Amino acid sequence: MEATFLQVSWFVLFGVLLIGYTILDGFDLGAGVLSLFEKSPESKRKIALAIGPVWDGNEVWLLTAGGALFAAFPAVYASVFSGFYLAFMLLLVFLILRAVALEFAASIEKPAWRRFWDVGFGLGSLGPSLLFGVALANIIRGLPLDAQGNYLGSFFDLLNPYALLAGLQSLAMFICHAAIYLMIKTEGDLENRMHKTASKAWIFWLVLFLACTGASIFIADERMHAAFEHALIWPVLAMLAVSLAMIPLSLRRGKAKSAFFWSSAAMTSQIAVIGLSLYPVLVPASNDPNLSLTIVNASSSQNTLSVMLIIAAIGMPLVIGYTIYMYRTFKGKIHPESLHHP
Amino acid sequence: MDAVLLSRIQFALTVGFHFIFPPITIGLAWLLVVIEGWGWRTGQVSWQRLGVFFGRLFGLTFAVGVATGIVMEFQFGTNWAGYSRFVGDVFGSPLAAEGVFAFFLESSFMGLYLFGRKKLSKGMHWFSILMVAVGATISAFWILVANSWQQTPAGFTIIGGRAELASFTEAVFNPSMWPRFFHTIVAALVSGAFFMTGISAYQILKNRQSEYFLKTLKLGVVAAALFSLLSIFPTGHIHASQVAHTQPEKFAAIEGLYTGHENGAPLVLFAYPTDPPPKLHGKIEVPNLLSWLAFGNPNAPILGLSDFPPDRVPQGAELWLSFVSFHNMVLLGMWFLALSAGTALLMGFGKIPRMRWVLWLWVLSIPLPVAACQLGWIAAEVGRQPWVVYGVLKTEQAVSVSVSAGEVLFSIILFGLIYLLLGSLWIYLLIRKTKQGIVETNPVVEGAK
Repeated sequence: MEATFLQVSWFVLFGVLLIGYTILDGFDLGAGVLSLFEKSPESKRKIALAIGPVWDGNEVWLLTAGGALFAAFPAVYASVFSGFYLAFMLLLVFLILRAVALEFAASIEKPAWRRFWDVGFGLGSLGPSLLFGVALANIIRGLPLDAQGNYLGSFFDLLNPYALLAGLQSLAMFICHAAIYLMIKTEGDLENRMHKTASKAWIFWLVLFLACTGASIFIADERMHAAFEHALIWPVLAMLAVSLAMIPLSLRRGKAKSAFFWSSAAMTSQIAVIGLSLYPVLVPASNDPNLSLTIVNASSSQNTLSVMLIIAAIGMPLVIGYTIYMYRTFKGKIHPESLHHP
Repeated sequence: MDAVLLSRIQFALTVGFHFIFPPITIGLAWLLVVIEGWGWRTGQVSWQRLGVFFGRLFGLTFAVGVATGIVMEFQFGTNWAGYSRFVGDVFGSPLAAEGVFAFFLESSFMGLYLFGRKKLSKGMHWFSILMVAVGATISAFWILVANSWQQTPAGFTIIGGRAELASFTEAVFNPSMWPRFFHTIVAALVSGAFFMTGISAYQILKNRQSEYFLKTLKLGVVAAALFSLLSIFPTGHIHASQVAHTQPEKFAAIEGLYTGHENGAPLVLFAYPTDPPPKLHGKIEVPNLLSWLAFGNPNAPILGLSDFPPDRVPQGAELWLSFVSFHNMVLLGMWFLALSAGTALLMGFGKIPRMRWVLWLWVLSIPLPVAACQLGWIAAEVGRQPWVVYGVLKTEQAVSVSVSAGEVLFSIILFGLIYLLLGSLWIYLLIRKTKQGIVETNPVVEGAK
């Protein structure tokens, strides 16, 4: 069966939500990891304030992507979420920890208390940063599925070397992205440190990305072929190469904002490459390609997809509007005294 | 224990714990709209400082609500894959709409409200809390749309072993949606009002800045009286009679009608149910009242549980819980009206705050509206059993096949421990922030543009 316009639209829109999540929550997850390595309480506090007003809105991109997947491709939502059961429970624990840690840490001015929740915040950010890559890699690799789309493997199958490599890649990517964001938001020593971190993390990102790509040739050879069947792969790969190269060039000139633009562009292109390598499949079945969940056999009805498109068309411009307003309100370097923090 | 029962326990645990927080934050958000708006328009420093004080308690409660809410969005897929596959075509879109229309709005303006007090104009700052309140209410709307569809499914056809959307508007505005929405929102306003009033009463009892907290005490009592009344009449009444019309099995279960009544059914005010066989002990009832309340006719016939096939009605513990949770919710609703209307009356005669025992009653009543919300939700969900979607899909068919009982047990223990920690810390920090009181040199006055 041919994919319909609405099915293709929702494949793309789900990708857009995932890209929104990667760019926005990417920097605050990375910021959480970076705060683990900051020694002084003041620096930790500045990092917390740099993301304090925005992180919750950023995380909503994940929730909305989850909701959109449920609504547009319920069979995928059901298979992946139940198949990755323990992984999702782990992710939830991290996300819960992270969500309360910032609020709890700021509530009591005792060093030991603050340290405890700072570590909680850091670990709560580290976990999702790793799991992001692990989850995507397992999808690319394919999952053993039964005829109803139920996952047949175990939790430990998900922690294969390929997925772990991809987990490290997403961690390096988020750290680099976050260090660049924090260069924009901080001054002096902290800004300089973040500058160095960004440059180093970029090397890890590049090396791990190349390693993942190399591994994909062996692990997901079919997906690689699929990607090169689309003419779009060439401009996307060109954009990926240019943006990855532009990150260190911008950093060398001290231009944090353009570096942030390029790291966002690099992450966007990476998601686009994954999208092209999968399309029109959403979850490849590793045991039998005929069992794969595609945008045709896993989608909701045309009626639901069109209602959802109307919801997105009304809602998303509003979301983008006030998200921009929020970032403009808190733009510039962090001055703890100019922020009211509860 | 099997994976179905364990998954039900986990769902009850995670939703139940999460559902402590939204009623408080929805109610408190609207009260903060009043407090902050009053402080902004009149320029009164005392109201502005009260806004900061209750804003901090709000921020803490909101954070725990957000943290525990993430689980909800994932859990349909992780534990109820059968359900997700069967109803995703209809049930997924309200959840996605909730994300698009509500979560973004709430969370973005929450950031602006909490951190932007010095950066935004006073009007814009007030607008932020208004948008948080609106976003929270829209969020409640969509999740209640989803839940109402499980209770009274509409606007769908079964095609190829799954429910497909036939009419979005019929699915959204299904028969129980508006009654459920208004009753739940009013319950949230009661919860917020009791929270604010109880904390104000505590501060006055402890002689902590009474001059401030008398203001929120008065505001809270008036709001509590108004919304307590609305929670019973008309919203509670309309919701219950809607259940009588749309889900007669559930109605029989929650009202304790184990056999049918041809010529008018009595309203059971009090009883202790046992099972099997289903029986009510020590029953106090008013003849014909239930028929009159539900159908406007004291002689209207009402079906009892024995009139339905046993595999379509709640059984055993489910039956017990339906009756007990519903009746205790009603009892609590009566108490909210009695306390708040009584206090409002005493206030009119100038007896408040001198009557300290009345203030203590308010302090002790802080958790009760949340308890009533939980009981109402239990009655709604357990009373619907054995269905997960009434008349369409059984709960046992909804569970994830690829998740083992051991895995679910593991996650129940995990969530149980985490929620124990979160719940204790939330209460501890609430008390701590309450004791800190109002910081009189806070930056709200000089900071705002």
